[in-house]
Amino acid sequence: MGSNMAEAHPVAFQWVMEAKKNGARVVHVDPRFTRTSALADSYVRIRAGTDIAFLGGVVHHVLSNDLDFREYVAAYTNAAFLVNEGFADTEDLDGLFSGYDPATGSYASTTWDYEGARQRATAPMETGMGGPPIEGAAGGIAQDPTLEDPRCVFQVLKRHFSRYTPEMVERVCGVPREEFLQVCRAWTANSGRERTSALVYSVGWTQHTVGAQNIRAGAIVQLLLGNIGRPGGGIYALRGHANIQGSTDIPTLFDLLPGYLPMPRAGQADLAAYLDRLRARTQKGYWEEADAYLVSLLKEYFGEAATADNDFGFDWLPRIDGDHGTYRTTMDMVDGRVSGYLVMGQNPAVGSANGRLQRLALANLDWLVVRDLTMIETASFWQDAPEVETGEIAPERCRTEVFFLPAASHVEKAGSFTQTQRMVQWREKAAEPVGDQRSDLWFFHQLWRRIRERVADSTDPRDEPLQRLAWDYRTEGTGDDEEPDPEDVLRRINGVDLTTGRTVDGFTDLRADGTTACGCWQYSGVYADEVNQAARRKPHDQQGPYDPEWGWTWPANRRLLYNRASADLDGRPWSERKKLVWWDPDQGRWTGHDVPDFPPTTPPGHEPPAGARGPAALRGDDPFIMQADGKGWLFAPTGVVDGPLPTHYEPHESPVRNPLYGQQGNPTRRVYPRPENPYDPSPPEGDPGVFPFVLTAARLTEHHTAGGMSRQLPHLAELQPELFVEVSPELARLRGLTHLWWAHVVTARAAVEARVHVTDRMAPLQLDGQVVHQVWLPYHWGPTGLVTGDVVNDLLGIVADANVLIQESKVATCDVLRGRRPRGAELTALLARLRTRAGITATTGTTLVTAGPSPTDPPRETP
Amino acid sequence: MTDPDRPPPPLDVARRAGYDEPPPRVGFFTDTSVCIGCKACEVACKEWNALPEDGLDLLGMSMDNTGMLGANSWRHVAFVEQRRPGTGGPDEQTAAVEPRLRAAPRGGSELGTTPLPTSPKRAVADLGMPTVGRPGDGTGAETRTDFRWLMESDVCKHCTEAGCLDVCPTGALFRTEFGTVVVQQDICDGCGYCVSGCPYGVIDRRPHDGRAQKCTLCYDRLKGGLTPACAKACPTESIQFGPLDVLRERADRRLAELHGQGVAEAQLYGRDPDDGVGGHGSMFLLLDRPEVYGLPPAPVVPTRSAPQIWRRVGAAAAAFALAGIGAFVSSAFGDDR
Repeated sequence: MGSNMAEAHPVAFQWVMEAKKNGARVVHVDPRFTRTSALADSYVRIRAGTDIAFLGGVVHHVLSNDLDFREYVAAYTNAAFLVNEGFADTEDLDGLFSGYDPATGSYASTTWDYEGARQRATAPMETGMGGPPIEGAAGGIAQDPTLEDPRCVFQVLKRHFSRYTPEMVERVCGVPREEFLQVCRAWTANSGRERTSALVYSVGWTQHTVGAQNIRAGAIVQLLLGNIGRPGGGIYALRGHANIQGSTDIPTLFDLLPGYLPMPRAGQADLAAYLDRLRARTQKGYWEEADAYLVSLLKEYFGEAATADNDFGFDWLPRIDGDHGTYRTTMDMVDGRVSGYLVMGQNPAVGSANGRLQRLALANLDWLVVRDLTMIETASFWQDAPEVETGEIAPERCRTEVFFLPAASHVEKAGSFTQTQRMVQWREKAAEPVGDQRSDLWFFHQLWRRIRERVADSTDPRDEPLQRLAWDYRTEGTGDDEEPDPEDVLRRINGVDLTTGRTVDGFTDLRADGTTACGCWQYSGVYADEVNQAARRKPHDQQGPYDPEWGWTWPANRRLLYNRASADLDGRPWSERKKLVWWDPDQGRWTGHDVPDFPPTTPPGHEPPAGARGPAALRGDDPFIMQADGKGWLFAPTGVVDGPLPTHYEPHESPVRNPLYGQQGNPTRRVYPRPENPYDPSPPEGDPGVFPFVLTAARLTEHHTAGGMSRQLPHLAELQPELFVEVSPELARLRGLTHLWWAHVVTARAAVEARVHVTDRMAPLQLDGQVVHQVWLPYHWGPTGLVTGDVVNDLLGIVADANVLIQESKVATCDVLRGRRPRGAELTALLARLRTRAGITATTGTTLVTAGPSPTDPPRETP
Repeated sequence: MTDPDRPPPPLDVARRAGYDEPPPRVGFFTDTSVCIGCKACEVACKEWNALPEDGLDLLGMSMDNTGMLGANSWRHVAFVEQRRPGTGGPDEQTAAVEPRLRAAPRGGSELGTTPLPTSPKRAVADLGMPTVGRPGDGTGAETRTDFRWLMESDVCKHCTEAGCLDVCPTGALFRTEFGTVVVQQDICDGCGYCVSGCPYGVIDRRPHDGRAQKCTLCYDRLKGGLTPACAKACPTESIQFGPLDVLRERADRRLAELHGQGVAEAQLYGRDPDDGVGGHGSMFLLLDRPEVYGLPPAPVVPTRSAPQIWRRVGAAAAAFALAGIGAFVSSAFGDDR
């Protein structure tokens, strides 16, 4: 679901095809029939942005027919835990949970507590990988092992999804109920003791105002069916590029440090205060050891200068005080609050939502540095942006000074890739970079050399972190050719025991006393024994089924996370067929085909002593060792800011009134009312007259994202030479569109012209008497390259999920008009006319709360 | 189609071509049931063989903008959209696609001259060559209940009896020790006979150069013990490379497997050594009839009839000769007035 795996991840899809050859049944649920659907055993067409309704329907089917893997659910999830008496569900509050504050558009999650425990409201990503802290999670949570107490998570879940019936799924998603039930039957029949099912998603799930909750919904189904931590099960988050996993592990995100340690917040005066936000004093799990991870990171950053006396240089880390994400920064550029910008390996002028806003932002800088393989629109916007045509950007007056630096490609430098499976694979340099092209390591090393000279004599305290930085990699070359040896960088990421000078074997070797240095605790072990473990290439036919000697997988070369769950409560495999790790009573330790993901000598029946904390507080049946309570979360008592359970909300722009609740959209979504970011209001605020169709955009297999790596290459450009818009034959008739002729797609923000592609792969949906047409465009084109076209992302607005600030770029409302779009001032006039007709202003669509009785609403079903 | 007078052609084409101890005959087995239409084969082929770009034009034939095999496209992934029943005829799309395809700077016409004329006044006569419109249109929908999207990576068939090779007057086309058929561009004089000699429309002459081009089954890579570029790049092993006898067995097994799974329409194409070209060096597993994919259903190498034609020509000549002699004889003996 939410993934076009065959087209966007063709290399990974080979394993799906192999599984299919071995008898696996592949089901594809997606708004459009793609190459993935063509290869699947069954295809289910769904309305874009309704995945939670579909998955909630699956949960309802499982729970109302007692199809859950009860033994697994009762022991390994938080199903038995009791929820605070003060908790009120969306069933009680017309689509809101208790604790909602309309003034801030956010929740105070105190009523979502477990009974007997005390959690702390946390901001998104405030606690990093370990999940949110829960005081009292080690032993203090009230529970009902029979799962019958009306306040236990299991019963709360049951009530929450009680109206997600097959009929409701049909009304919301447009999936005929029999088709939906076939998926339910296939999924449940293929799960349990003997069988497991895998769930795959990609950005079709994440790029929504309910992005995080889409994944939560999938996780709930998989936990109920016992499909987590077991071979053949799991939830696969497919990453969009070869090393996107690596770029979040060792992040390019504003709110994270390496290894999903949160970035310190303003006001956290010292290390102790930081760690206090991170973990509770009476909780379980390995996040207890975050102090060793952070101190080792500080030792790697600052070397000798980091000592126990100065909190290991904690004060030299930057602080954040709110949203500093990419869209916030872009809007701040428009407002003149940002003067310089470095863009590397990204093409926001084409690839980010609301392209016009992106380009207006770039045009309002003092300087801009773009490093890329080819000249891209983000560097050339000042002369070729569509805004030059409309007069909004004047090349001769645009003040931004652009520096374009040619970058070496992945074959022109050595380094590592971390892929979807968390596997780190080393790659060698295959060719020398041509001309002035240089590696990223070279760029940063040379930039650092120059900055260091500048700040050497500074007395400004702001420069102290720079002066103290221990940038002491082994280097190759001299002078302007000098750059760090990438293998030494990986070695330092692995971590070094400072008392011996040798690499550590894994993160359990890391200490909080300053005797170890480690660039990313998760990757600890990738250079164990002073050997680049990521470079291992033992073929499949020379080793076991999990190929431990091919590359290296974090953490600890473990191929399957939470694999304690692959064994039953007594530590025996659930079935011979699905055997992975198990307890060996003779050796008194966990063993198996994979590296066990559990304290190695904690027996299955272990009861921790009172007062234990951290890993020592884990019971023998707590497989989820990073969670504060050791359990898989059906219900999230904290940490997910838009509710403890996923709930169907309509997309921000939708032609459909939410049939489930008065609350139309996600009440915590981040809206940005700005003149250059107008929204089409959804019902009940507006009606879908002017923009009646559902727009979705995605990638083609022939191009790479914003096109910088494919539009310049003739062998790729010729495969998909022109922007097109896919419409169903029915929609083509409705709007008088002809195959291969021109049409333009219009939204509240932009008009984009494309060739019409009439295809049966698109089809209208029937829901509740309403026919919903969906329209799809690939988004790879821009004004430069061998093949050019309008920027599809101009159509999309900026509205974000409150958990991770991801934009909703998978769904919006639109219309499709015949012919080419107008140019220049006529284009601006057309958009103004459409907005007037639809009653759109800079603030429409930004009313967050619609729950409660509304005079314009028809009477709805009572819970 | 098999001539009963003719013995089946020997599989060992290389030995027949004069190689004493040839390596086993190799080829492709393209299993379209696992093709995901990623076109990595097209790109890998162009990269390895340094083929130029073939026109930056949108053809609108589903996801296919390559259109056909030609001088500059030695792999071509066909996309066949078999329509939902009841959504109306395909006429509108076909009408839109056809002129585009004809105007495309590709090749594949009668003598590899490109592009085809699009003006109705200059329309070429129908030579009975395989056409590439929207081949799936109008077929199969009667029995299907749902939409189906087929993908197939097409390539030179490396026929056992290769028409292109037979008619080449310069020896530019030759049979390699691997049993494949390769053009030597430095010998080719661009006569174009091979283009009309191929019953599949595979070989084509390059515009502005005139010399014939087609898949070499990566002869240079085979020489170095490497897998051809397209098979190497294929992520799902839809394109499999290997000794032909191994591939035939694998193809048979896969066909049986699919039939066992209830895919009754699955069939092998080019597997049969008794077919009109003596079997392919590169065979296919198809999920529908060949013509659905734009492949000729029962191709025959044009030169197969040559002996028969020559026999008939000989007989006719003899008859004429006899008649002529007869005329003289009759005049010699008949003038008895």
